[in-house]
Amino acid sequence: MNYLQSIGYNTLNALTGFGRALLMLVGAIIAVPQRKNIRLTVHQIYVVGVQSLLIIMVSGLFIGMVMALQGYTILVNYGAEGSLGPMVALSLLRELGPVVTALLFAGRAGSALTAEIGLMKATEQLSSLEMMAVDPLRRIIAPRFWAGVIAMPMLALIFSAIGILGGHLVGVDWLGVDAGSYWSIMQATVEWDKDVVNGIIKSFVFAVVVTWIAIFKGYDAIPTSEGISQATTQTVVYSSLAVLGLDFVLTALMFGIN
Amino acid sequence: MSNSSTLVSVENLRFLRGNRVIYDDINLTIEKGKITAIMGPSGIGKTTLMKLIGGQLKPDSGDIRYAGDSIPQMSRRELYKTRKKMSMLFQSGALFTDISVFDNVAFALREHTKLDEDIIRTLVYLKLEAVGLRGAADLMPSELSGGMARRAALARAIALDPELIMYDEPFAGQDPISMGVLVKLIKALSSALDLTSIVVTHDVSEVLDIADYVYILANQKIIGEGTPSQIKASDSELVQQFLLGEADGPVPFHFPADDLFNTLLGTAQQGVKK
Ligand SMILES: Nc1ncnc2c1ncn2[C@@H]1O[C@H](COP(=O)(O)OP(=O)(O)OP(=O)(O)O)[C@@H](O)[C@H]1O
Ligand SMILES: [Mg+2]
Repeated sequence: MNYLQSIGYNTLNALTGFGRALLMLVGAIIAVPQRKNIRLTVHQIYVVGVQSLLIIMVSGLFIGMVMALQGYTILVNYGAEGSLGPMVALSLLRELGPVVTALLFAGRAGSALTAEIGLMKATEQLSSLEMMAVDPLRRIIAPRFWAGVIAMPMLALIFSAIGILGGHLVGVDWLGVDAGSYWSIMQATVEWDKDVVNGIIKSFVFAVVVTWIAIFKGYDAIPTSEGISQATTQTVVYSSLAVLGLDFVLTALMFGIN
Repeated sequence: MSNSSTLVSVENLRFLRGNRVIYDDINLTIEKGKITAIMGPSGIGKTTLMKLIGGQLKPDSGDIRYAGDSIPQMSRRELYKTRKKMSMLFQSGALFTDISVFDNVAFALREHTKLDEDIIRTLVYLKLEAVGLRGAADLMPSELSGGMARRAALARAIALDPELIMYDEPFAGQDPISMGVLVKLIKALSSALDLTSIVVTHDVSEVLDIADYVYILANQKIIGEGTPSQIKASDSELVQQFLLGEADGPVPFHFPADDLFNTLLGTAQQGVKK
């Protein structure tokens, strides 16, 4: 009986939490864009996007290199090492680019967003904005949301591009796969709408979910040091799980049924 | 009860935090252009009262009127419009930590007016001069001392020349000189600009000097009210205890709790009994 009660209790909690999160998002993004908000958003794109560039590029490079190495050792057995290019490119564009970028983004930018907003709440900066008749949802939440949503798909594309170069570095320059076949078979195989666009859509969905979780966890944090540290952890855990789960769903929808 | 000289009136206000009653049916009025002091023991709900007036919390019953309009019943838009006419000095200062002192003070001006940057600059320096922090304009909030942060927040609160200012403990952490300056500043703002001020403070003598009217809160009620001279002459035991700062008396100094003896000796006693 207690067990059932706690299931019910937790379900209700989760639902009200989701309701609050939805209200926050709607309050933040349903607004006529003003020039000031665009400026704030651009600044946030710099903070969450440009400052995540290095980790994204380095990770992309290594993942591309590792994939070329692994792929080569398998493909070469069948004399199919010419297909290394498309193998690297397709895995990156369809899967690893969006997914790994989203995971890195959650750890690098998402946790920072949560901590920043949570601390603003704890130090009454959000209250003080409200009392100054400035809506914190529009002023603080909205620019950060849009910045995340805009930045992450771009980061994912950069991740994939660098990864493909990393694959070239190992596959072509080191292991001696023919450069012409690396590029030309890749060009022939990768389809714009099926592979590139679907990858961008995935990344866009991840961006919405990860940024949403990050800002909501900050906004909803218990305004104490433990509250904020808990919220930051939850941001990383929840966004990672959400990204991996959604990736399966999206992959099934996009590539599952032919 | 409210007439044209009343700016804020709190009517039969009842407010609970969880199950704990903070206010049980209180009434008070804030007169236009006057300085109203609110005093009371720590944790009694003075900050809460300001948040209720600012519309950040909603009363469980009763009403709060600003210039006749009910704050709890306002739509978001009306509430934000009303808030442009008020300002609040937070107990913690609540400066925006990512921008300089100058930008903090300029924030509301940039947000709500279309003034030139030149004029804003002049205004900001005037406000900072008034609180003695002109030299600190380019510092970040993290580089200020507690007392300086409080004064910077005060400069920010008066930047827009609001109708109503709520000061939550403006004197806490100030040395006697800056305290004297702040007392004069609050007085001057109120008389020169005809501002309505609510001052929450524990500094009894300072506030009795400048206040036009005083409310003393305790035990979820208003236990005393009147002009400073009426308050000083009050024969209420509660009020005298508060003014003289005595721990023993009808106003509890302690947050509701068990008997100290029990808390401290509860386990020891058990030990003895065994
Ligand atoms: N967010 C909150 N949740 C639950 N209870 C709260 C919250 N904030 C304040 N309280 C309670 O409400 C009561 C009033 O708090 P408030 O901050 O208004 O006191 P105060 O009179 O301003 O005290 P002080 O003089 O120490 O600043 C306190 O007893 C506190 O325990
Ligand atoms: Mg207080």
